[in-house]
Amino acid sequence: MSEPLTRKERMAMARVDMPEHDAEARATSFTEVNLGLTAQMARLEAMRCLECRRPTCIAGCPVGIRIDDFIVRVAQGDFAGAGEVIRNDNLLPAICGRVCPQEHQCEGACVLARKDRPIAIGHLERFVADITAADTIVDVTTLPPPTGHRVAVIGSGPAGLAAAADLIRHGHEVTVFEALHEPGGVLIYGIPEFRLPKDIVASEIESLKRLGVVFEMNTLVGASVSLEELRTVEGFDAVFLGVGAGLPRFLDVPGEHLVGVYSANEFLTRVNLMKAWLADAETPVLDVRDKRVAVFGGGNTAMDAVRTALRLGAAEARIVYRRSAEEMPARIEEVRHAEEEGIVFDFLAAPLEFLGDDHGRITRMRLQQMELGEPDDAGRRRPVPIDGATSIHPIDLAIVAIGNAPNPLLLAAVPELEHTGWGTLIVDEETGMTSMDGVFAGGDIVTGGATVILAMGAGRKAAAGIHEWLGQRESADTPG
Amino acid sequence: MYTILEAHDVAPDVRRIRVDAPRVATHHRAGQFVILRVTPDGERIPLTIADSNPDDGSITLYVQAVGRTTKLLNRLETGDVINDIAGPLGRATDIEDYGRAVVVGGGLGIAIAYPVAIALLRAGNGVDAILGARSRTHLFLEDELRSAGADVKPCTDDGSHGRHGFVTDELAAMLDAGAEPGVVFAAGPVVMMKAVADVTRPRGIHTIASLNPIMVDGTGMCGGCRVSVGGRTRFACVDGPEFDAHQVDFGLLQRRNDAYRDFESTRDQQLDALDDCEIAGILAPVHREPQA
Ligand SMILES: Cc1cc2nc3c(=O)[nH]c(=O)nc-3n(C[C@H](O)[C@H](O)[C@H](O)COP(=O)(O)OP(=O)(O)OC[C@H]3O[C@@H](n4cnc5c(N)ncnc54)[C@H](O)[C@@H]3O)c2cc1C
Ligand SMILES: Cc1cc2nc3c(=O)[nH]c(=O)nc-3n(C[C@H](O)[C@H](O)[C@H](O)COP(=O)(O)OP(=O)(O)OC[C@H]3O[C@@H](n4cnc5c(N)ncnc54)[C@H](O)[C@@H]3O)c2cc1C
Ligand code: SF4
Ligand code: FES
Repeated sequence: MSEPLTRKERMAMARVDMPEHDAEARATSFTEVNLGLTAQMARLEAMRCLECRRPTCIAGCPVGIRIDDFIVRVAQGDFAGAGEVIRNDNLLPAICGRVCPQEHQCEGACVLARKDRPIAIGHLERFVADITAADTIVDVTTLPPPTGHRVAVIGSGPAGLAAAADLIRHGHEVTVFEALHEPGGVLIYGIPEFRLPKDIVASEIESLKRLGVVFEMNTLVGASVSLEELRTVEGFDAVFLGVGAGLPRFLDVPGEHLVGVYSANEFLTRVNLMKAWLADAETPVLDVRDKRVAVFGGGNTAMDAVRTALRLGAAEARIVYRRSAEEMPARIEEVRHAEEEGIVFDFLAAPLEFLGDDHGRITRMRLQQMELGEPDDAGRRRPVPIDGATSIHPIDLAIVAIGNAPNPLLLAAVPELEHTGWGTLIVDEETGMTSMDGVFAGGDIVTGGATVILAMGAGRKAAAGIHEWLGQRESADTPG
Repeated sequence: MYTILEAHDVAPDVRRIRVDAPRVATHHRAGQFVILRVTPDGERIPLTIADSNPDDGSITLYVQAVGRTTKLLNRLETGDVINDIAGPLGRATDIEDYGRAVVVGGGLGIAIAYPVAIALLRAGNGVDAILGARSRTHLFLEDELRSAGADVKPCTDDGSHGRHGFVTDELAAMLDAGAEPGVVFAAGPVVMMKAVADVTRPRGIHTIASLNPIMVDGTGMCGGCRVSVGGRTRFACVDGPEFDAHQVDFGLLQRRNDAYRDFESTRDQQLDALDDCEIAGILAPVHREPQA
């Protein structure tokens, strides 16, 4: 190997840009925007790493991936080794590399972030995950002997998938119950193809199936089968609840029931899960071709909805956000991509009402102009209405993306589960166990709407908690 | 995959389908529904569970062929499969002993009213079942309701059977004659349910309607099924489908149900233009013996 680069040389290198699908072409296409780094690009980018003695990036990663270790291996061209390091802590790197808010996590914590040029950790993670995808085909003969314990995993989002993966590797029998007809949770019904190709999610699920995880679709726990029955009649020793926070919030303004007002969940579910974007789709979505679409909100869901509307042919697709650009919670990369694609941003504006025609279809919206006032408890400056500053705009479709709350269905069925006023479950920090013995939970149902990586981490933590709990119960049962 | 155990027509364009769905069958209570997809890439549509048998794990659906998905479904025969069935969804009917109850079913609504009528009878109520249809051949479940003990009052638009007129004519006549039901339950077209509510409102009779908004997931995740009841937004799939008929904004429900009319009629016409062979192609994945 040639001489290692000096610190100065590394600092002088430019951050390698992710090759992207051309902005104009992609605005009408559902193919993935990011094309992926080449091996050469990945190695170059990895070489910029300063190999800090006390790497700050790791602390920024919710699951503590040994980032310094994997990046050195990428620089050396040892991609398989890098893959092993990543998968040690992250079971879904191809997904996280694409959707994690890196600027708030690893990359935000990178020392080079101070110079605005953090190592592109997300892009490198994605590269390694994709190039080593075949290595994940686990040899089932390496699984430990069956423990005889059976665990039910409720919900097949990232929390449930991660829990299932760890539990089966411990030798437990695992069945995943999912309410919808397809597994994946938000990864399937929410996040669009152009950001997270569904093949990637499908292949993760396929590999779990190969390991022996059983998936039972169309099963709404609390309706198709009760939690109690799973533990008694069906003989599951422990249960993991990864049911997410899927209940859409509405704005509660007049006209919200007009035809042409969607929740982002409905719009995205129609397009992603039900494939309404395909020409011969069985499920309709209101035609947005050459229409004006407004999306309310500033998070990832809002960006996904507005960019989806654009791809379906909207003449004008805009974000209406009641705070300013800096407060938008969406991933920076998504905002940039949206801007490049021609999405219009209306900041400091909030909807007051929707107006419609005789058929009850939306035709206009009335907006209230806001200004930033005093900071709230979280330190974010609160938007306050400017007196009299309202305006009416023509619009053909409104999509509400102001967040989701936990679905109260399960709680209604199992009222003894201890929960917060928000309807999120209360669990033991260390083990993920709820107030019911042997019932664990993790992901959005515990945190409220959060991130894929946090859900995955919580699923793994609970899997460890379940494994330990099963072990303790067994030794307690064994006399002597 | 859910196997069809029995399928036959009970009226023009209405088919009774008994299908194997053990989880649904063992948990079903009157008033609940399923969401199903006929084919692997089909639409999700809600259908009321008209009956269930926990012993053999079957549920019974009555399906009216009104558009593409229901037409495809009604082509299936015993031994064919339905790709997905999720349920039971929605809240069960509040069944109490009201003394006397009137159940009104119009058209396909007869199938939706049927399980409620049976549950009310089992709870000790006397039940008047007012069934409305275009003509005698369009009425179904009449014998079943009668033998279960309901006092069946058929109404037909053409007078070929029972009263010549609307279900609301029969209802108003009953009430005028002094009937004092503790509850009126209505299921059918939106206009019919609204008309029933209009008859009972001035008389102050507790009235429940089973609403039929367009649904997607049926689990409370999309809000597409939202209805306005007493000025409050409710999700019909989890808070309903039954609501206080006097509080429901029926106009809104109708307008929202018309949202996809263009798409629906295009898809319907496309299906009607296909020959049997082509339709068999669409259904190949769910046919017992996939055609070559
Ligand atoms: C449009 C959108 C875009 C997003 N973008 C990002 C992003 O870029 N980056 C990021 O990190 N995060 C993003 N998020 C957030 C992220 O997707 C979630 O935090 C994450 O999916 C939560 O995972 P989970 O496993 O807890 O729940 P979910 O993914 O919500 O999965 C829960 C599953 O449980 C099923 N279920 C619910 N109740 C039951 C029941 N009773 N019985 C059986 N099954 C049930 C549901 O159908 C669902 O499939 C986004 C969210 C949305 C909606
Ligand atoms: C709770 C509930 C219970 C129902 N029970 C029955 C039943 O037992 N038997 C029965 O035959 N029908 C029932 N329906 C109506 C049935 O769901 C629709 O007729 C069916 O979805 C039509 O689909 P299609 O593709 O055949 O027709 P389309 O051509 O798509 O539509 C025809 C009409 O059906 C309505 N519709 C379309 N798609 C949906 C959808 N996804 N959800 C709800 N309505 C839709 C529309 O208002 C439209 O006017 C019920 C509906 C609900 C909400
Ligand atoms: S903090 Fe940045 S420079 Fe330091 S090891 Fe981590 S990625 Fe490399
Ligand atoms: S059908 Fe989606 S919330 Fe009711």
